[in-house]
Amino acid sequence: MKSGPLAYALLAAGILVLATTPLYADNYVVRTAAIVAMYGALATSWNFIGGFTGYPSFSTAAFFGLGCYVGAICQRAGVPMMLAWLIATLMVGAFAALLGAIILRLRGHYFAIGSIAVVEVCRLVVSSWSSLTGGGDGLNLPLLHWAPEELMRFFLFVMLGILMLSLIATFLVDRARLGFGLRCIHQNEDAAAMVGIDTTRYKVAAYTLSAVFCAAAGAAYASWTGYIDPTESFQILMTVKVPVMAMLGGAGTLAGPFLGAAAFVLLEELFWANFLDWNRAILGVVIVLLVFFLPGGLLSLARKAKSKAGSGGAA
Amino acid sequence: MTEPILRLEGVSKTFGGLKALTDVSFALQPGEVVGLIGPNGAGKTTLVNVVTGNLRPSWGRILFEGKDVAAQKPHEAARRGLARTFQIVQPFPQMTVLENVTAGALFGGGAASVADARDMARRSLDFVGLAPLADRPAAQLALAARKRLELAKSLAMNPKVLMLDEVNAGLNSSEIDGALALIRRIAERGVTVLIIEHLMKVVLSLSKRLLVLHHGRMIADGPAREIVADERVIEAYLGQKYAAKLKELHHG
Repeated sequence: MKSGPLAYALLAAGILVLATTPLYADNYVVRTAAIVAMYGALATSWNFIGGFTGYPSFSTAAFFGLGCYVGAICQRAGVPMMLAWLIATLMVGAFAALLGAIILRLRGHYFAIGSIAVVEVCRLVVSSWSSLTGGGDGLNLPLLHWAPEELMRFFLFVMLGILMLSLIATFLVDRARLGFGLRCIHQNEDAAAMVGIDTTRYKVAAYTLSAVFCAAAGAAYASWTGYIDPTESFQILMTVKVPVMAMLGGAGTLAGPFLGAAAFVLLEELFWANFLDWNRAILGVVIVLLVFFLPGGLLSLARKAKSKAGSGGAA
Repeated sequence: MTEPILRLEGVSKTFGGLKALTDVSFALQPGEVVGLIGPNGAGKTTLVNVVTGNLRPSWGRILFEGKDVAAQKPHEAARRGLARTFQIVQPFPQMTVLENVTAGALFGGGAASVADARDMARRSLDFVGLAPLADRPAAQLALAARKRLELAKSLAMNPKVLMLDEVNAGLNSSEIDGALALIRRIAERGVTVLIIEHLMKVVLSLSKRLLVLHHGRMIADGPAREIVADERVIEAYLGQKYAAKLKELHHG
């Protein structure tokens, strides 16, 4: 699936809008922009395993939460903040590679359930291992004594940076042997093995890629909020929301997951602000409608319009 | 005789109590075109699956270019040059014909880059006559074209041994003639071909040597003309009663 010029334009415009919010908007808007960038990075990460490879992973919150904790524990041990983020990214990446070699033997629904279990197991281990993680009391991180605007702007650019890295990785994978192989696995895994694709290695690579940016975002998020606990870090809701965002925009495309995340976060804020009692229900209805009437995601609208305009040309 | 490219020594495969293959041994010489025949359920497809790493043999050795490859995985078989087509075609349905074949060239054929693989794929599509359909999604092809796509995909993998599992099943007679001409041209390129077939006509027109599998045992291996006159083979195909009748006719 190739992204058209319209998708690239939307992507560039979206990132530009997010990056310039500190120039003209208040702290609430800048904070929302940082959240959009963060979810954009998470959805773009999920895209490697869920979009390219077609494995419905619900492990996002596990990687995010482990990223939070590894980063927090490192920072409490005196490791500088950015180095702690890097350590969290690498450690969670290694964890995903080991775990992937085991649970990627499952296919379809079985894989989906296995990947959800990962989130729960991680949460339970973290809440029980009090000596290291503080258990249910959570962990405090060294506070950043900056002005609120400065803090918000800093983390907006950190999240945008992680988003950009995940997009660059997607761009490169899409054009390389790896992306081709993953799309083959998506279409027909047995046939993929028969043409010489080492399917296990490719799937592990996709799963690991889907973990590293989540871990980086998690570690940065922990430093941003200054306090983490197991329920906040390993949210089942996050693990469900992220795939919905990617599919909302268009799974398997470069720009789709980010655009889906932006649309989702904005809808969520809109309903939250205007319908305090009913926001979850309304959001649910919107998701159901989108799944029924727009299964290819928002980007498929652009593609449809283009094929209508270009009908009569070469098929 | 030269060193065989593929040799099976005492290969058996059991599924629980079911013996799908029992003590199967044979060897293929480089460049040979050999037919593998046998009634339904004889174990022909199991044999191919064992050779290409889809199944592991329960006993026995599989030697490819002198090396024991019985424990290989399917992707390793593909990279070694052991390609196959499936009885039920296995395309990547949402990809175009060209992308399907490019996958074969990129991962199995040792292409250096995606662009390189695309060139190899174009040549392979030209060879099987599918070039005009290169940009169609594979799911849109009719059966005969899909079988050609399978061939193009395996050819793009630069195989040394190509196993064709009933490539002609479901085709009409003019389509079969087209497929036969194509298989002959593949063999002319020096690829060792093992044709798994139901249709005697097809096998006899392509291969001088036949292997016959019955109830998982290799009951005959030799020149095609002798094999079709072999009593055990006729028995396996037509049943004892008809075999006896046929014998009476010949001797009576």
